[in-house]
Amino acid sequence: MVGALMKVHVVVMPKQNVLDPQGVAVRNALKDLGLDTVESVRVGKFLELEFEELPDPAKLEEVCRDLLSNPVIEDYTIRPD
Amino acid sequence: MKIAVVQFPGSNCDQDCLRALTDGVHFQAEYVWHKQTSLYGFDAVVLPGGFSYGDYLRCGAIARFSPITRTVVRSAKEGMPVIGICNGFQILCEAGLLPGALIRNQSLRFVCKSVWLRVETGETPFTAQLKGQRILKMPIAHGEGAYFADKASLDALESQSQIVFRYTDEWGNATPEANPNGSMHNIAGVCNEARNVVGMMPHPDRAWDRQLGSEDGKLVFGSLAKALEPVISR
Repeated sequence: MVGALMKVHVVVMPKQNVLDPQGVAVRNALKDLGLDTVESVRVGKFLELEFEELPDPAKLEEVCRDLLSNPVIEDYTIRPD
Repeated sequence: MKIAVVQFPGSNCDQDCLRALTDGVHFQAEYVWHKQTSLYGFDAVVLPGGFSYGDYLRCGAIARFSPITRTVVRSAKEGMPVIGICNGFQILCEAGLLPGALIRNQSLRFVCKSVWLRVETGETPFTAQLKGQRILKMPIAHGEGAYFADKASLDALESQSQIVFRYTDEWGNATPEANPNGSMHNIAGVCNEARNVVGMMPHPDRAWDRQLGSEDGKLVFGSLAKALEPVISR
């Protein structure tokens, strides 16, 4: 029997001290659309990883740090589904 | 003296770099495919511009794990001169050979134009014949070229003269108007602490003949001849 795949979600966001021009452009567009109370927008990435068997947490941290994010400019969070 | 030009899937300035090295400054140069693991017989290496792996995830993020990149990292640590141009600069930052990162241009636009650069240090293999804050002209062509580093790293870069090129106006003033992409401190190129690894967003490989609008790129590649003199006479 094939079990349902297990998902891990990884969210990668630009660090607070990194200028996010994409977020600024989106915020301005939202204001133009009438959402005038929006103060700020930051644009990040959402990755969905699927597994038959959940990986070693340390390995997952390693790939998040080394490949999925760049620690110079981004922070990541790992969330099991 | 023989120079390696690395080809990643998606590199598109590899031919420009090879021509600049051979026809421009009369070095021997050969392509090295990214699956190769050896740089045996080469005296220096160029990581060219382009869109390695389609810029997926982040520019340079996947090329960093190519087999040849591991060899480049090892060779760089042994002192081999390495230059990364445009996407090559992004790869060197991702690989941890250079501090900082290149992020989306502040304007959100892909910027393709000629710019002026001030050479900030002659103490790298790629600026060895450029003393006294020379002003160079060469093109940029990138969407993710804004140099970012945290304050501690920027302070270290400034105090250790690791900033190699700055965007300026044609008189050498590093003004906000002369900054084409929002780079911190108008940074266009940096080197590592050991000074043998240089990354730059502008393209010396597109500026080595009068018909290209500038010959200043020859000064960058040509500096290698001076830097590698001890190697050649060995």
